[in-house]
Amino acid sequence: MTTLPSSTSSVRGAGGYSPILSVDDLYVEFRTRENVVNAVNGISYTVSQGETLAILGESGSGKSVSAQAIMGILDTPPAQIPHGEIWFEGRNLLTLSAEEQRKVRGPGISMIFQDALSSLNPVYSVGFQIGEMFRAHRGMSRKEAKQQAVELMDRVRIPAAAQRVNDYPHQFSGGMRQRVMIAMAIALDPKILIADEPTTALDVTVQAQVMDLLKDLQRETGMGLVLITHDLGVVNEVADNVAVMYAGRIVERGTVDDVFTNPAHPYTDGLMNSVPQVEVKGGRLQPITGQPPNLSKIPSGCPFHPRCSRRRLGAEALPGRDCAGDRPPLRLVVPGREAACHYSEEVLGV
Amino acid sequence: MSDDNSGSIAASELPDAEAALPPAPPPGAPLLEIRDLKKYFPLTQGIVFKRTVGHVRAVDGVNLTLRRGETLGLVGESGCGKSTVSKLLVALEKPTGGSILYKDRDVAKMGGRALKQYRREVQIIFQDPYASLNPRMTVGDIVAEGWSVHADIAPRKGRLQRTQELMERVGLNPDFVNRYPHQFSGGQRQRIGIARALALQPEIIVCDEPVSALDVSVQAQVVNLLEDLQDDFGLSYLFIAHDLSVVRHISDRVAVMYLGSVVEEGTDDEVYGAPSHPYTQALLSSVPLHEPHLRGQKDRILLQGDVPSPANPPSGCRFRTRCWKAQDICAVEPPALIDRGQGHPSACHFAEARTVVPVDAE
Repeated sequence: MTTLPSSTSSVRGAGGYSPILSVDDLYVEFRTRENVVNAVNGISYTVSQGETLAILGESGSGKSVSAQAIMGILDTPPAQIPHGEIWFEGRNLLTLSAEEQRKVRGPGISMIFQDALSSLNPVYSVGFQIGEMFRAHRGMSRKEAKQQAVELMDRVRIPAAAQRVNDYPHQFSGGMRQRVMIAMAIALDPKILIADEPTTALDVTVQAQVMDLLKDLQRETGMGLVLITHDLGVVNEVADNVAVMYAGRIVERGTVDDVFTNPAHPYTDGLMNSVPQVEVKGGRLQPITGQPPNLSKIPSGCPFHPRCSRRRLGAEALPGRDCAGDRPPLRLVVPGREAACHYSEEVLGV
Repeated sequence: MSDDNSGSIAASELPDAEAALPPAPPPGAPLLEIRDLKKYFPLTQGIVFKRTVGHVRAVDGVNLTLRRGETLGLVGESGCGKSTVSKLLVALEKPTGGSILYKDRDVAKMGGRALKQYRREVQIIFQDPYASLNPRMTVGDIVAEGWSVHADIAPRKGRLQRTQELMERVGLNPDFVNRYPHQFSGGQRQRIGIARALALQPEIIVCDEPVSALDVSVQAQVVNLLEDLQDDFGLSYLFIAHDLSVVRHISDRVAVMYLGSVVEEGTDDEVYGAPSHPYTQALLSSVPLHEPHLRGQKDRILLQGDVPSPANPPSGCRFRTRCWKAQDICAVEPPALIDRGQGHPSACHFAEARTVVPVDAE
């Protein structure tokens, strides 16, 4: 049992590096017999060494689909990538062959998922599954791979790793399973780790342990971390930069401190006001009205305008900035902050 | 049912267990009391000849009081028994020991009219709005189904109108009365579940993780709706959730559960502002804060290991295996849930109030 001061703020601001991963104007759509679901609609972002980029959004905002597109694990069909580039180490991943993409997954980019139990194979021991990375990518023998697996389990702080290496996933608790997933993901020292809701299924005390582990591993290896989450608190405690997604678009981007202190997009502002805080009881919550949009029928103009309290339509709007008619581009509002709202300056109060 | 219901004097005083329940007490008076409630689930071995090899002690000696018109929050991590408490309350499970007193009558000894009335007056809202609504029934049928049992609540003639009024009250379009659950979003489905509970004019609604499955922007809508309904109808809520922020927001009093028993209880300010049980302190210190300027200001208490199995809980204090304050006495004597000078009840021999969550000065 230890009591330690929160250390999350000490690694902030890992700027100065050139980006390792860069996503450029990515679109993903799902074609079904009835309609086309536009899950991701032109998102761009970069991740540098040692940086933690949080992608914040509700379900259906396209945050997971964009990560799956980067990993090349979307089922095509029904998914299609009609437009966009994903640059990693000077190569566009979308133009690589399946075999070349496979070589990037693991040593280059790896991913952990929300539900560790369904992501692990129930009929193989965890040691065998962690060792698979070494067998497949480094051609190690089973024995060597298992040895490596024990070391990795130690690194992700699974107690008594040598005894547990032959255990099966069902013998582990939720937090320990997520550590097994993390061990598999960091096995080949990836440059980028994508964590898709890594702690959503976990209890808060276990969530804190897992997030601490991820931060420590990042500090050791200098990998870039893409953290996909809907939890504002996790973003605040862990990430350097944040991109807020809505209806398949990035609606606001900046450092966590800036965005959380003074949001520039009405959706971000609405999210902050609709979440109760543990520090204060607070007054009545101010929810965002309405429902998230149907991705096969995204509203015209700004996709958030039907739910937005600051929308300006028709005669109220400035020329070329009608919220229902003109789609706001993601633009620089103040230095270091981008937002996709015609009236961000008013939201910010600058 | 075991016979050692020491707390169930009330039922024996009233000879007719089937008599109708009295009207509700005034606001603020105890409406529901849980005394030393226990629920053990047997662990069996063998296929044809099952033999019991042990028990999972899901709920092991819980004491709670719900007053009329208040919201009692029940927090704890998965597996601590909070959902079993909710099932016991709505009489979906039978307690192994202890008693639930509703309007001073023991629920286990109710029968006939009294039990029927209890089941009407204590309703439940479930966590998963996708699994708790029958996909083959229309919204109107789902909301009105309770009236086929409790026909006296709504006369047969005006039921459609009553259903539509209820739908409107919970924020659903009354024209959608003939739609099916799959035509609604998660937040709307949860509203259907709330309308179904309201239809029977309950005194108490047990809310078992009612907003956990919802997106944050929709979650706030449902929380506000629950607060409004409480004000309008004088409802009492037992609000069960693992999200500490939501529980603080909605609750008047909060009870923290760990491994089948309540470890700390008090008003929301007492429990969140001055937690005195080590588990509560650890739990609160793990909650990520939303304010950048508060980041790094809180003490992080990292708990080691996992929650022990409820089939074989530690002796004495349940939390001692993960506690940094544990002494020899903790292994021998289970600490009582009493005030040891910290201002509110806490089940720790060494209870001491401590500020874990930084106070937002702004």
